[in-house]
Amino acid sequence: MSELPPFVLFFIAALLVAVTRGTVRQVILLATPLIAGLHLWFNIDAGVVVTHSIMSYELTAMRADKLGLLFAYLFCIASFIASIFSLHLKDTKQHVAGVMYAGSAVGAVLAGDLITLFIFWELLAVSSVFLIWARGSERAFKAGMRYLLFQVLSGLLLLAGALVYYHDTGSLAFGHIGLDMGVAGWLIFIAFGIKAAFPFLHGWLVDGYPEATVTGMVFLSAFSTKVAVYALARGFAGEDILVYIGVTMACFPIFYAAIENDLRKVLAYCLINQLGFMVTGIGIGTALALNGVVAHVFSHVIYKGLLLMAMGAVLYRAGSINSSDLGGLYKSMPKTAVLGIVGALAIGFPLFAGFISKSMVMSALMYGDYGYLWLLMLFASAGVFHLAGIKVPYFAFFAHDSGIRTEEAPRNMLIAMSISAALCLFIGMQPQYLYALLPWEMEYWPYDVTHVLAQLQLLFFSALAFVWLNKKGFYPLGLPSVNLDMEWLYRKLLPVGVRRAMLFLRSAKESALSAVTAPVQGIQSVFFQSSVAKYYLSESWPTGSMVFWISVILAAYLLLGIFG
Amino acid sequence: MSDESEKTYLFDKPKNIERLLKWFYGACILLVVADFIFHRHIGFGWEEVPAFYAIYGFVACVVLAVIAKKIRKVVMRKENYYDE
Repeated sequence: MSELPPFVLFFIAALLVAVTRGTVRQVILLATPLIAGLHLWFNIDAGVVVTHSIMSYELTAMRADKLGLLFAYLFCIASFIASIFSLHLKDTKQHVAGVMYAGSAVGAVLAGDLITLFIFWELLAVSSVFLIWARGSERAFKAGMRYLLFQVLSGLLLLAGALVYYHDTGSLAFGHIGLDMGVAGWLIFIAFGIKAAFPFLHGWLVDGYPEATVTGMVFLSAFSTKVAVYALARGFAGEDILVYIGVTMACFPIFYAAIENDLRKVLAYCLINQLGFMVTGIGIGTALALNGVVAHVFSHVIYKGLLLMAMGAVLYRAGSINSSDLGGLYKSMPKTAVLGIVGALAIGFPLFAGFISKSMVMSALMYGDYGYLWLLMLFASAGVFHLAGIKVPYFAFFAHDSGIRTEEAPRNMLIAMSISAALCLFIGMQPQYLYALLPWEMEYWPYDVTHVLAQLQLLFFSALAFVWLNKKGFYPLGLPSVNLDMEWLYRKLLPVGVRRAMLFLRSAKESALSAVTAPVQGIQSVFFQSSVAKYYLSESWPTGSMVFWISVILAAYLLLGIFG
Repeated sequence: MSDESEKTYLFDKPKNIERLLKWFYGACILLVVADFIFHRHIGFGWEEVPAFYAIYGFVACVVLAVIAKKIRKVVMRKENYYDE
């Protein structure tokens, strides 16, 4: 049994989901991640390797080690929760895409070589885009195309990198790669970087995710970027440049999150911020930092999922997710509000999931003596709590009463959110169970006076700043608008540039034509004024008469040929 | 909906909001006081500043809001900007 790679279970389930309906399908949707998770937990130990030979290449369909396994467990949990959350749907496309997507993520983190990784990398792209397209609008379709373009580009770079890597080393095994590898290293690094939403390469995330369906964004937030974090942790741990990339990722999105109106887009920016903590940890590369990264991926998938589920429920019931339309929803959706607040507290409060993992990355920064970068990350910590933790729930559930009166979220959504909320608390209060699963050896315990006091001060005063700014009327309120970001380059600059270029070329063509035709017309007018023009055949040159005279000549040749 | 006589919710009463805020301010004060009672380990020099994390958290978020408002002047466009 330990030979069966768990992604196979997901792919078979995707087929079954496609041909079943109603309760049977719901059972398959819930059972698949459970069975795959139990199979992983009981049958597959670190060290299991499954290889296949295809066309003289040795491909490793599964290589289990502690790092890959922990991600695979997490993806099974995330897929289980997201499946419950989307159980009310009747949309076959979304259900199939969700199962395929989760299966591809599980396959990717257990892939032992770069080609297998590439295959799952592209499957992630193709399956996930349906979660955006399923929204059904033209806007979502276009956003999905842009999303797909970036994902496929990332895959192609990975494939190119893998081939160069094979040429250089004679091996396809996916282990530590490093940037010293030269071209291969950089190609793979950028491929991972696109999926991990590195600065300047992040447009697809904030452009695509908020266009996804209510349930789609919950799936999306859990898998693609986390697979990229896994791949960076395995391939590029300890690359110094990642520390700087990570700090940038943690800092710049929070400014956008502060002025964004779409609350799911606020969370998308905050997602990049949290990826920044992970990428920084990978860059530091010590056991504590890398364990912190893996632990933070675990916490983050669960609490970000919870926040997105709460906002998804708001979008589902209230019909809008713009902070300028919302407010006062705690009156009609009190349970969603409480669960959303748990997700918000889980960003960093002691006793919740985020605290026990983010503090590891912060401590690793401190031990590595990254003084100013540590200060910037502290700023990012305070900022993200201010936004994802306070702004999002406040403007959705409280603030001024928008007058929207709706129903509480459907029961399946409440159950999914409750499971996530319980996990947030469990991980936060009993971190030893998660720590025991971490891949590297370390001595760390987050609960001491220093950590708890420092973190509480930071977060309470971050909240105090929110209260104060609001009372002063200085807080940047949500306004119906779009904010220019990287996608401007290809949504505005590129189309406008192409249109301008086309206009320029057209006018160039016209002036070139007139430059040629003007002398020709001049010659013609000279010709018509001359006496030759009076000659019968020169008077007018209809093509018909030309063809007629040519036919006459040809007929004459023919007759001469026959009788001559 | 407005014609239904709606029940009053928790935060419809200003008194409840005030009460919540009072508890919140109280907690903030306690956290600063705690900074003088308990000893924090110091990793970086600037952590020695009394209530460093409280000051930093507050200032960080105010700075965030101020800069974000400036950025908004540069990057904000009409909602249908990309459809034009």
